[in-house]
Amino acid sequence: MSTDSTPTPAPAAPVKKVNRIQLEVQAYRGGKSTLCAGCGHNAITERIVEAFWDMGVDPQRVIKLSGIGCSSKSPAYFLGTSHGFNAVHGRMPPIATGALLANKHLLPLGVSGDGDTGAIGAGHFVHMMRRNIPMIYIVENNGCYGLTKGQLSPTADLGSRLKNGVVNDLPPLDLCALAIQLGATFVARSFSGDKKQLGSVLKAAIAHRGTALLDVISPCVTFNDHEGSTKSFSYVKDHDEPLGEITFVPYFDDITVDSAPGTTQEVALHDGSRVILKKLDDGYDPRNKMAALTLLHDTAARGEFATGLLYIEPDRGSFIELLNLVDTPLSMLGEEVTRPSREVLAEIMDRLR
Amino acid sequence: MVDNSQAPAETGARVNDFSIQVATVNGSGSQTANLVLLRSLFQMGIPVSGKNMFPSNIAGLPTWYTIRANRRGFIGRKKEVDLLVAMNAETAREDVLALAPGAVVVYDEPLTLDAVREDLVFYPVPFDKLVAPVCPDAKLRKLVRNMIYDGVLSRLLGIEMAEMEKALGRQLGKKAKAMTLNLAALKAGYEFADAQLPKRDGLRAERMDATAGKILVEANAAVAIGAMMAGVTVVTWYPITPSSTVVETLIGYMKEYRIDKATGQATFAIVQAEDELASIGMALGAGWAGARSMTSTSGPGVSLMAEFIGLGYYTEVPAVIVNVQRVGPSTGLPTRTAQGDVLSTAVLSHGDTKHIMLIPSSAEECYGFTMQAFDLAERFQTPVFVMTDLDLGMNTWMANAFPYPDKPLDRGKRLDAETLTRLGEWGRYVDVDGDGIPYRSVPGDGMPAYFNRGSGHNARGQYSERADDYQQNVDRLARKFETARQWVPGEVVDSVPGVEIGLIAYGSSHWAADEARDQLLREYGVTTSYLRLRAYPFTSEVERFIGAHKRVYVIEQNRDAQMRSLLALDVTPGQVGKLRSVLYYAGLPIDARTITDAVLTQEQM
Repeated sequence: MSTDSTPTPAPAAPVKKVNRIQLEVQAYRGGKSTLCAGCGHNAITERIVEAFWDMGVDPQRVIKLSGIGCSSKSPAYFLGTSHGFNAVHGRMPPIATGALLANKHLLPLGVSGDGDTGAIGAGHFVHMMRRNIPMIYIVENNGCYGLTKGQLSPTADLGSRLKNGVVNDLPPLDLCALAIQLGATFVARSFSGDKKQLGSVLKAAIAHRGTALLDVISPCVTFNDHEGSTKSFSYVKDHDEPLGEITFVPYFDDITVDSAPGTTQEVALHDGSRVILKKLDDGYDPRNKMAALTLLHDTAARGEFATGLLYIEPDRGSFIELLNLVDTPLSMLGEEVTRPSREVLAEIMDRLR
Repeated sequence: MVDNSQAPAETGARVNDFSIQVATVNGSGSQTANLVLLRSLFQMGIPVSGKNMFPSNIAGLPTWYTIRANRRGFIGRKKEVDLLVAMNAETAREDVLALAPGAVVVYDEPLTLDAVREDLVFYPVPFDKLVAPVCPDAKLRKLVRNMIYDGVLSRLLGIEMAEMEKALGRQLGKKAKAMTLNLAALKAGYEFADAQLPKRDGLRAERMDATAGKILVEANAAVAIGAMMAGVTVVTWYPITPSSTVVETLIGYMKEYRIDKATGQATFAIVQAEDELASIGMALGAGWAGARSMTSTSGPGVSLMAEFIGLGYYTEVPAVIVNVQRVGPSTGLPTRTAQGDVLSTAVLSHGDTKHIMLIPSSAEECYGFTMQAFDLAERFQTPVFVMTDLDLGMNTWMANAFPYPDKPLDRGKRLDAETLTRLGEWGRYVDVDGDGIPYRSVPGDGMPAYFNRGSGHNARGQYSERADDYQQNVDRLARKFETARQWVPGEVVDSVPGVEIGLIAYGSSHWAADEARDQLLREYGVTTSYLRLRAYPFTSEVERFIGAHKRVYVIEQNRDAQMRSLLALDVTPGQVGKLRSVLYYAGLPIDARTITDAVLTQEQM
């Protein structure tokens, strides 16, 4: 009996997928989550990891920022090689703004919660939306204060009931409507359990030059996922009104859209990529501010959540552009640039004599 | 300090030793006249200061501007007013009643102030009659009117008219029409006094040579210049009296000197934030990301910043905070001076915190200490406070021309490739050198990243609730603060051997303390030593000074003896009993006579 003298080659190691900057998705992960099993925030973390990998973002460019709360703990669970700053409750926006002033080439990813943004952080939120700071601002919205064990938050719906029986009798803040009214240039709402939609809006947010606000309904399994909560999985799934289908087309990728011909609306983003909306809704234009506000009002009145890309204004300049800064980050300018000369000081002294 | 202690030649004459107080209404254009007066004396080589007492209002309420000239360089506030210019009918009677006997009053004739008292020297001036021929446009008369008293004082006190005209030119710049009108008003006042007001008092200004090469500047501007020369790149602020002019002045200088000539782009970002919390948050975010950042505010703003300052302290992020102190608590007296934030700022925020404070006494130190604050903030990786006050910040001070820095910027312990190789591995809060100061990386520098968190952390910056991690970390922070004793500006000490009494003062109290020493010696034969604090933490000089004296008077402008409290916490317990207080906290700048009287009372002399 003859045998083949060539040894059988060992099975080839599976080829690891890398993105356009040669990184595997593993490079975008962080530490192990200490959030409750089944927490919506964990799903959002997964989507962040995938979206940043998919878009080939350099983790060295990203800074992760958060306030205080369960959602604000999550930046430790993604992008482990990026710098992070866990600030004080409600005050992540100033930290993000300051960091960007110091280095305008950074991409801040801010994670906040509905209490962090809608209660104590309401003031800073207003001014961040006005300024159009180029960053991604995610509100992981569960309508309650999970970390301090389940108090109501300002986005808790009227009439919703806590586990302990307390009923909310104040109208909720609609962070999306508020943001649009304040001048925000990218406002989207999604749901932690909607993998496809959340992934798409995240990628669109990465490409947007300005503040990209993502209000992500993220049910709290421990304190707000029960009967009577309007932010539980079951409630949201039953009342979710998806706003068209969003396919995000990064400029460096070719994606074949497999859909029946229908009217499409293409919105150009600043970096050359395009957002294509498949109109399921008759005549909805995400560039129409009043239409967005009306939609939010009407859906809320019906107890529904409009999800998807609600409003976009790609061409308004960002706050950083207004400052007309030199290209080199301010944090990296040398003394020869930042310390004026002897002649300058002498001239100033002369004028004071 | 100039010591030209020759007695005046004529009996009763007071040469280059008087205070002039102009009582007017704010918004009436008296500022130009007052600055011309101040500058003229300065240009004649006489040491001067100008202090504005103004209401928390925009226009229409009483304001008093006091100019002190003193040939020996004592330019702190003088308790007594030697010459009152009474231009405000509303306060005129009260102003006159407050004067010491023998004082001089130049006043608007219709006020008939000479009926109020008999023991003063009165010079009535018909301002409205004099201004009409000089200024045909009735609308401008209100503004030009004040220049008439400058002309009157020029004649009465012997202030050289040529210097007045030069000072006016400097104030008005290229405004030819205003120049003509004001010059005419000056002349009208001079000629009226020459013809109608025979001199009946002994106050006189004579040329001397004590101001050559010096500048006149508000200390808020000095802070701004110091910040620019420190290479500040990010300034985030919120307006508040008496701090706003720090950043407003800085904006002017930066736009002129820190724009890239080729591109017209800025090498700085100055952002007016929505409140003080956002201001300090942005400054910390920028400092964390590696920029030299600052904010400027007053007491109420510092209160708001407490939480973020604790975060900056605990996570070790640099930032410079200028506190131009005013009277508190709460809204307090926004346009009055105090040193009332010393204690709360030293330990600002909950938990165990201690902050570096730099405490300038002069415009020149406001410049130099602000510059040094940036070095210290980055060296110690912590918020650093520059504690000035309204008296310094918003009044006009003589100063030597500010010196160009003789050392490069100190960016502190930044992790770089070489250090990383040397250390082998890196943890954000590892005390590598034993001084309590770790190495830090910043976003974008290519070094390993870390997570900055205000919650308990270990030496690697990871979340930790462990007792040992927590204690080691805060003990290291205490060690870092001890190291700062070697780096902050040390005390200025004049310790006279064998003397029982020591004076301690800080900040703007220095000028009155210095003059009080002179009064105690010349008028009462009491010799004192003097230590001037310039920073917190204190150096070992303080313990030594207190140890060398029997009774030590801590002079300060707050009610609760705040610096005395900080000293008591710091010196050995046996020394605490020696510390006594001299306090002045009514909102005006402290004066020497108050100090002298308080020391004498407590010494039972």
